[in-house]
Amino acid sequence: MDCDHAIYRIYEYLDGELTVWRRWAITRHLDECPPCAQGFTFELEVRRVIVSKCHEEVPSDLRSRIAAALGISEPES
Amino acid sequence: MADPAQFAELSMPYMSALYAAALRMTRNPTDAEDLVQETYLRAYRGFEGFREGTNLKAWLYKILTNTFINQYRAKKRRPDQVDLDDVEDFYLFRRLGGLEAADATRTPESEVLDAIPDAEVKEALEALPEQFRMAVILADIEGFSYKEIAEILDVPIGTVMSRIHRGRKQLQKLLWDYAEEHNLRPRVDSATGG
Repeated sequence: MDCDHAIYRIYEYLDGELTVWRRWAITRHLDECPPCAQGFTFELEVRRVIVSKCHEEVPSDLRSRIAAALGISEPES
Repeated sequence: MADPAQFAELSMPYMSALYAAALRMTRNPTDAEDLVQETYLRAYRGFEGFREGTNLKAWLYKILTNTFINQYRAKKRRPDQVDLDDVEDFYLFRRLGGLEAADATRTPESEVLDAIPDAEVKEALEALPEQFRMAVILADIEGFSYKEIAEILDVPIGTVMSRIHRGRKQLQKLLWDYAEEHNLRPRVDSATGG
């Protein structure tokens, strides 16, 4: 396993979509290659930041509108 | 008829996530609200056919994306802003100097990311062409597996992977463009980039 091969599979690796064998081969490469390991960690960091910055609050009137449309009473919160 | 109380109990916890996804898809709060409401009404109507043990979250997202594709795409309010370039691996990490020798004076890469305002991250995601945007939202924000996304979007897994991978790289490029424009980047000799 070299850097190019590891990086080629980076997203499948981080998404947990690889077979055990392929996963193991990449993990072993990352153990031996700090620049790749940092790059992989950074990719996860990008994802964490995107998730945390894309959070939205549901408008309360939407919640009530849906509850009303479904004919259920919504407890006051 | 489906039991409203049971439907509500099972489906209401997903409303925040569905609303956030709807907002990224429609790029408009009014459309997003209508889309979520329509999704709940359709899901409720189809709830009788929903079998216990099926993935309710994935089912709700499938209704959301189908409704979006059928109803909202036609009246898209603004065109997709970017064409998808071929973006190299580790795009942002390389730009931030991550593969170069450690320099104690430069900003850690993740601090640059944290410094990008929420609104700009949302805008970057919303600027992705629709097919890529939906795949990235489902994978990164919602954490669906490739297989689940393939079922939600009704495309082969290979297509899902390609859209996620290219979409993520393009998103990194957009975030980098913002960081560079606003001088958020750590100072690194640009000659080392290639």
